Amino acid sequence: MNAIQRLGRIGIDFCGHLGVSGLFLCRAVFCRPKLRQAWPLFSYQLYKIGILSLIIILLSALFIGMVVALQGYNTLRKFGAEQELGQLVALSVVRELGPVVAALLFAGRAGSALTAELGLMRATQQIGGMEMMAVDPMWRIVAPRLWAGFIALPILAILFNVVAIMGGHFVGVDWLGVDDGAFWSNMQEAVGFREDIVNGIIKSVVFGFITTWVAVYQGFYSEPNAAGISKATTRTVVFSSLLVLALDFVLTSLMMGGW
Amino acid sequence: MRSKVIEILAGLFMIIGFLALLFLAFKVSGLTRLEQGATYRVTADFEDIGSLKVRAPVQVSGVTVGRVTDIDLDPDTFRARVTMQIDSQYNDLPVDTSASIFTQGILGSNYVALTPGFESEHLRAGSHIETTHSALILENLIGQLLFSLKSDKNKPAGSAAHQQPAPNPA
Repeated sequence: MNAIQRLGRIGIDFCGHLGVSGLFLCRAVFCRPKLRQAWPLFSYQLYKIGILSLIIILLSALFIGMVVALQGYNTLRKFGAEQELGQLVALSVVRELGPVVAALLFAGRAGSALTAELGLMRATQQIGGMEMMAVDPMWRIVAPRLWAGFIALPILAILFNVVAIMGGHFVGVDWLGVDDGAFWSNMQEAVGFREDIVNGIIKSVVFGFITTWVAVYQGFYSEPNAAGISKATTRTVVFSSLLVLALDFVLTSLMMGGW
Repeated sequence: MRSKVIEILAGLFMIIGFLALLFLAFKVSGLTRLEQGATYRVTADFEDIGSLKVRAPVQVSGVTVGRVTDIDLDPDTFRARVTMQIDSQYNDLPVDTSASIFTQGILGSNYVALTPGFESEHLRAGSHIETTHSALILENLIGQLLFSLKSDKNKPAGSAAHQQPAPNPA
């Protein structure tokens, strides 16, 4: 009986959290904009979330592109198809690795920072203080971070794609000696703008939405003490990574499954 | 002062993202070649299209002049009707042009090859190509080969016995 009750409580809590986070998202995204003041707040968050994540994202992109090219070359060589290396690197990066790895790194680098920051604001009662001064914390704190996350991750994923392909080009053409023209022309033959690149960007938009939403929600409603902040940060990374991987499967089967 | 630097950096970040998107579009997916100019529509009926797919190229002498845009079944004749969009830059194909389905390489994908005829009249939008050659299906070819080998053996001994040894099945 106790087990059933516990299960029921978990279910009710889950639905409650879902509802609260949905309302939270709507309130933050559709709050009344004050354009003149919004841009500095937004650009500062874009700097913190996007630009400071550039180094880790681009470095991992370089190494991922290089290792995909190296692995692909050794397998393709067995079939005498080294010329198709460009196609292999571009398709695997643009369709899957770019959006997913960028989102996972983003959740670890920027999402956890967002949660910790908001959690500390909650713990030191800065959020309550703002409400006392009739400054809407949704507008002042939450909305710029959400929008910056929505916009930063797609840009980061696009840059990831470009750098990973350059890394693959570096290993494939400059090191392993695949023909430069064949590398690009086979790639252009195989990669479609609408069905590969735009779909990859749609994925990264969804991932940016999910990871930022989870991070900001967890931080904003974290327990106002040190243990609560650490728990919220852990949950942010775990939830957003799981959601990214699960949604990646769903989105791939919807957009590229060829149903 | 600091906030100005940060705003400039944020703006630059967005611009770089946009430039990277352009790079993906043109260098990686070769979007320029998909640039749809004016096209005209031509149809052809085939006995068998093999594994021809929509978006397969249409070529004349190996030069891509258009794409297959639609494939469906004619309800009366049960032949496959292939609709192609040809670049209107190539608007002087003779009306007795014939269409065949070939395979790129031995295991590659199928494409439509047009062989120009000799009439002075040209294909126009909505024209129908009369002469078509079906796709060569590998299984059918092997079946025919085996069949002809077998019938060779059944011939009277005088003609078959002194032929060269049986062809290597590889």
